[in-house]
Amino acid sequence: MLAVMWAGLTCYALFGGADFGAGLWDLLAGRSRRGLPQRRLIEHSIGPVWEANHVWLIFVLVLLWSGFSPVFAAVLSTLYIPLTLTALGIIARGAAFAFRKASTELWQQRLFGACFAVSSVVTPFFLGTVAGGVASGRVPSGIAKGDVVTGWVNPTSLLGGVLSVLTCAHLAAVYLCADAAREGDHELVGGFRRRAVTSGLLSGLVALAGIGILHQDAPVLFHGLTHRALGVVIVSAVAGVVGLGLLLRHRYVLARAAAALAVAAIIWAWGVAQYPYMLVPGTTVAASASVDSVLAACLIATAVGAVLLIPSLWLLYTTFQRPADEAARDGRA
Amino acid sequence: MNLPGGAFLAASASASAHDASASAASVLAAVSPGDLAAARAQMGFSLAWHIVVACLGVGLPLLTLMAEWYGIRTGNPAFRLLARRWARAMGVLFAVGAVSGTILSFEMGLLWPGLMGTFGQVIGLPFALEGFAFFIEAIFLGIYLYAWDRMPPRRHLLMGVPIVVAGIASAFFVVCANAWMNQPRGYTLRDGKVVDVDPWAAMMNPASPPQTVHMILAALMVASFLTASVYAVALLRGRDDPYHRAGFALPFVLGAVVTPFQIVVGDWAARFLATYQPAKLAAMEGVFHTGSHVPLTIGGIATSDDRLRYGLEIPDGLSLLVGYSPDTVIKGLDQVPRSDWPAVTGVHLSFDIMVAVGFFLLAMGIWLLAAWWHARRTARPLAAARSPWTRLFLLLAAIAGPAAVVALECGWCVTELGRQPWVVWGVMRVREAVNPAPGLMAGLWLVLIVYAAMTAATVYVLRRLVRATPVPVAPQESDVERYPVV
Repeated sequence: MLAVMWAGLTCYALFGGADFGAGLWDLLAGRSRRGLPQRRLIEHSIGPVWEANHVWLIFVLVLLWSGFSPVFAAVLSTLYIPLTLTALGIIARGAAFAFRKASTELWQQRLFGACFAVSSVVTPFFLGTVAGGVASGRVPSGIAKGDVVTGWVNPTSLLGGVLSVLTCAHLAAVYLCADAAREGDHELVGGFRRRAVTSGLLSGLVALAGIGILHQDAPVLFHGLTHRALGVVIVSAVAGVVGLGLLLRHRYVLARAAAALAVAAIIWAWGVAQYPYMLVPGTTVAASASVDSVLAACLIATAVGAVLLIPSLWLLYTTFQRPADEAARDGRA
Repeated sequence: MNLPGGAFLAASASASAHDASASAASVLAAVSPGDLAAARAQMGFSLAWHIVVACLGVGLPLLTLMAEWYGIRTGNPAFRLLARRWARAMGVLFAVGAVSGTILSFEMGLLWPGLMGTFGQVIGLPFALEGFAFFIEAIFLGIYLYAWDRMPPRRHLLMGVPIVVAGIASAFFVVCANAWMNQPRGYTLRDGKVVDVDPWAAMMNPASPPQTVHMILAALMVASFLTASVYAVALLRGRDDPYHRAGFALPFVLGAVVTPFQIVVGDWAARFLATYQPAKLAAMEGVFHTGSHVPLTIGGIATSDDRLRYGLEIPDGLSLLVGYSPDTVIKGLDQVPRSDWPAVTGVHLSFDIMVAVGFFLLAMGIWLLAAWWHARRTARPLAAARSPWTRLFLLLAAIAGPAAVVALECGWCVTELGRQPWVVWGVMRVREAVNPAPGLMAGLWLVLIVYAAMTAATVYVLRRLVRATPVPVAPQESDVERYPVV
């Protein structure tokens, strides 16, 4: 159950995270005319898939509350401030993106676009602070037992927030490189490659600085990361470096895989380092898990769901990963 | 799907026999009445908002598919254009529905950790299944909206079918979870901890069948009448052409067909309450004293001497409706302690408004049927929009859409307010579930501001979509010039 949940979280980071990152690049794309090609590519790439990607978050929330109800209650009641802001960020991002699609005038597109882009940065930041609060043991079990402010305003949370924004940005830039290359736009490819390398290097720097922060601020997590999870941490670092190398050598599809692996490894390193604690210290997985019948029912539901989902997702991604002209020819044939 | 709304709780929290958890006592001490009211207002408001969009999310795909199918079959350009227009609206509504639904799953934990911490695992299964249904919906919506020009028409039509099926399925699962709060089953409570959970029994509780069917039909009705009312207004303004006629007729006929079934299902749902949740039925009908020969009171307000005044009374009416005999005994509110009473006037009036709108919509359907039959018999086409009777009909039809939304909200108030003061009926009170953290009031204001902005933007964008011409081939790729325009 825990593994399924963590897999869901990874999928959210890899797909949903990239959609947020694309929002960041949308924000930094420059004035309306200069940023047009970039914004168009971003819109074209995430338009059909963001809603499906977003569902991973709902999936994780629901599994958390079904499988580990006390943990869900403890985290959401203590960290209700950043989570409320996350929720509002999700509203603003999704709604504004849809509104921008449907509007035709420049001022409307600017307004909704700004809303979409800003909330795309804010949302992963707050989610990162929540992860930092949980990882550094600031959420005790019980309802609203932790400090509602220092639970998420602390060094580890700040690290979590910044790192999550940077990794989202990196993922998005790497994915967009490949999308731009497929559409054959070399100028855009160059731009996103530069951005991917910059954000990748920044993520690496912040992660390195984070080691020091965790040592001071979250000793339990630090111990886990440097012992049990050390292998996973190394995988993440190596994948990150290899990804940057592949980008410089113009191997965009492989670079995608490497960047995704690097980010996934960060999340799994956190999980492995913290196991067997759900909430540090004191609340273990075994103590907070639901009764077996619930876990079994949820796993059965997940298995049945996966049978329906996997071919559907495959259909979704393959439909839109083909160049439009070729697909249109098939459509007419 | 869930929880509070209006009326405040009766004060006495006298530790009920089932006090849900050991921590409940400390929670009671900590939470301020202002924060509790704020939490209820926030949940009630965001649910009231989501329920309308969610209904459109269930019903509009069906309407769009019907229009597309009819358009492909007959080659009628009006229907093909309608399908594309509705698909664009669907894209916007689905996005705001998805995000406002996500907020609700956050709020379940942010506002009601007492409920989720204790019972989260019991009601987790329907939410997990709903998650998958929603996933399927989102995936195929992405394909349907964006791949219009990428596949042959029939295959494209096929891609829309999972949206409709999954939309209805997710409504079913979510309402099952709500039904559980009315009829909690499938677990045992031992020392404040939940043991022996049977998640399937919890999901398939006795309230699930009537509540889910009632809700799904309501979703179809709201989407149909609301869409039809947009075109009724256009016809009234003189835009009497095949396009606007089709846009009115298709959804209105669907709504009119569903309405009689909905009235039968509503009767079933009310009759169900007489057996399973008599206090709620008593509040709906304003029955204070148990007895036979109970009248059916239409309208009226509850006074402090435990009577329903200023209403229209039909002698023996309620007894006849529930048991087909004036001797049928109806349980009144005197069967439960006063501290467990819901707010009678609010529940009763909400119920009456919902029923009244239901019969108004039924009458509209009968009118249309009669007009159609008359036109067939006299072999004349349906009257042009200029004739006075047709104008009256269209005026009422234009009102029918908003009226259906009012009925929806009232029905939701009945089921939620009627459950008060319980969050889990007979087991956990709302105040035992609320988050004791300070500052919930600030969250309420923030949510109100954001939702106000989102409402304004949604209405504005949808209005523009109605006006915008021409419609590009791919509804969502209006900005890509290389696509030809119809």
